Amino acid sequence: MTASILLPPALPLFLGAALLTIARGRLRAAVMLLAPLVALAMVWLVPDTNAGITGFLGYDLIIVRGDRLSRWFGTVFAIMAFAGGLFALNQESRLEAVAAQVYAGGALGVVFAGDLLTTFVFWEIMALASTVVVWSAGGASRAAGFRYLLIHLLGGVLLMIGSAGEAQATGSLAFNVMAPDTAARWLILAGFLINAGAPPLSAWIPDAYPQSSYSGMVVLSAFTTKTAVYVLLRGFPGAEVLIWVGLYMVFYGIVYAILENDMRRILAYSIVNQVGFMVAGIGIGTELALNGAASHAFAHIVYKALLLMSAGSVLYMTGKSKCTELGGLFRSMPLTAISGIVGALAISAFPLTSGFVTKSMISDAAGQERLMLVWFLLAAGSAGVFLHAGIKFPWFVFFQRDSGLRPSDPPVNMRAAMLLFSFLCILLGVAPGVLYRWLPFGASYEPYTADHVVTQLQLLLFSGLAFFMLLGLLRRTPTVTLDFDWLYRRAGVALASGVTRAAHVAWRNFAAGMRGMVDEILSGISILARRGILARAQDSGTMAMVAVAMLAVYLVVEFVR
Amino acid sequence: MSSLHPFTVRTALILCVVCFVILALTVIAEFFIYRHGQFGIDESFCFNAWYGFVACVALVAVSRLIGLVLKRPDTYYDR
Repeated sequence: MTASILLPPALPLFLGAALLTIARGRLRAAVMLLAPLVALAMVWLVPDTNAGITGFLGYDLIIVRGDRLSRWFGTVFAIMAFAGGLFALNQESRLEAVAAQVYAGGALGVVFAGDLLTTFVFWEIMALASTVVVWSAGGASRAAGFRYLLIHLLGGVLLMIGSAGEAQATGSLAFNVMAPDTAARWLILAGFLINAGAPPLSAWIPDAYPQSSYSGMVVLSAFTTKTAVYVLLRGFPGAEVLIWVGLYMVFYGIVYAILENDMRRILAYSIVNQVGFMVAGIGIGTELALNGAASHAFAHIVYKALLLMSAGSVLYMTGKSKCTELGGLFRSMPLTAISGIVGALAISAFPLTSGFVTKSMISDAAGQERLMLVWFLLAAGSAGVFLHAGIKFPWFVFFQRDSGLRPSDPPVNMRAAMLLFSFLCILLGVAPGVLYRWLPFGASYEPYTADHVVTQLQLLLFSGLAFFMLLGLLRRTPTVTLDFDWLYRRAGVALASGVTRAAHVAWRNFAAGMRGMVDEILSGISILARRGILARAQDSGTMAMVAVAMLAVYLVVEFVR
Repeated sequence: MSSLHPFTVRTALILCVVCFVILALTVIAEFFIYRHGQFGIDESFCFNAWYGFVACVALVAVSRLIGLVLKRPDTYYDR
């Protein structure tokens, strides 16, 4: 067993998390901000190489694999960990700060892992740490966090079984491009897709994330689903099934977000919607589509975190999260409102924002591949994004009617985090070259053609027209919408308690029957014992006759044999 | 809406007019650019405008239908 030395970029975050268990005051703030920056520097110092342990239980483990794709995701994860820490500086929960850094470290570990076992280990670290992030909000988050954990443990088990099968079939744990052509690889794919929020198990995102604290959901939105996008990019580019899974996610997210009332649940559904675009791009599988998926993941992490910082600020200042209880907040929370609008414009892919220079790569790739249906559905999905997140979130929270609430903008660290990410959303949109220079795959792209700008503006602005014309139909109601999680939150529970009750009754009847039978036998024996033929006293002559008769039977039997 | 200050109503009206002007501008702009599509129909005049509009109307309609069946009070899972 030999090991080559290259420190994994996740290390400063794990060390930071350990420090955060005891650090207080300025030291705590310093660790929350510096650990991600050190990690960012280490991401960029990772050379194009594989480093790890050879001959561990007969397999080669690659703890750090450096290439453009891993550095791409590593960069945005480190930036996200920094901004998430900045936003959460005034978060009182010590547990959440620790868990958030472990979680970010796990995500960095996954994107630099070069084999399936290392991937699995960091994958599970993320599952556990993110559950703690959810739990640290207390209250109703306990149950939701537990459901969240169960789903992710299921995903982990599928990944583990698949990896074991892959290792047995190929003799190697290396994690490279594979096609879903064996049962083991399908299991790996299923494990990855569970973390992406793919159907039928998408409900864990809107179920668990909005139960976390105002700052917890900001970091939760970034890592789990985007590491899933990363591993799909790494392992299954061009797997056609992903196109359809992705498109389902796009429309699932839109429909459920349209029906939703809670602002953070709206944004949770919109995570599924956005990851759907990326998954579809991975399924298309050309270099342009893969670049689109990777860069959209980058842009998405930033604007989705920004949207959730804006929503988190509203929650922090008002304690409310439901559209039916909010409205008109732009008067007293101008910076939060503007940040929310910048994030909303970016997620809708308006020109001059980050979404514009990333998402269109995916639909253009569909066009180039002559995938007509896919192209039309992606265009309809883009229109729907503006509808369900781009206008709906800022409109119902910051405008709409006057709710009478007059909260001020949040504390300075939260404002700084929002300004930073607003700036990034616009910087990437205005100067896409900053991003394109480092694209992980070969294809190049030019977003700012007159054709593209005008058609995109038409698509979005007329979607906006539809929103305001249909405003009556979009009025918020204090409702939730049932999803597949009904199966394990209601039907499964009903079935389990029904089975338990039936088993209980059956057992009671069985036990009563058995007891009756035993009683009968015992009473029979006692009758025999007291009055039966064997219980009577016999005289010795009779006994001798019996013995002679038995001897005779024995002799006859022996003779016949 | 009668409780709103007239200024707000006037502002809203101005905003509406501005929005419609912008919508018209995006349509007019199409005369001055070279349109390049992949499938024919997407090169037709104002394709993105009507397609975006129709897509949103359809999405809202479908959502309402699904909502009829699947919506529950938000205390549903608390019971």
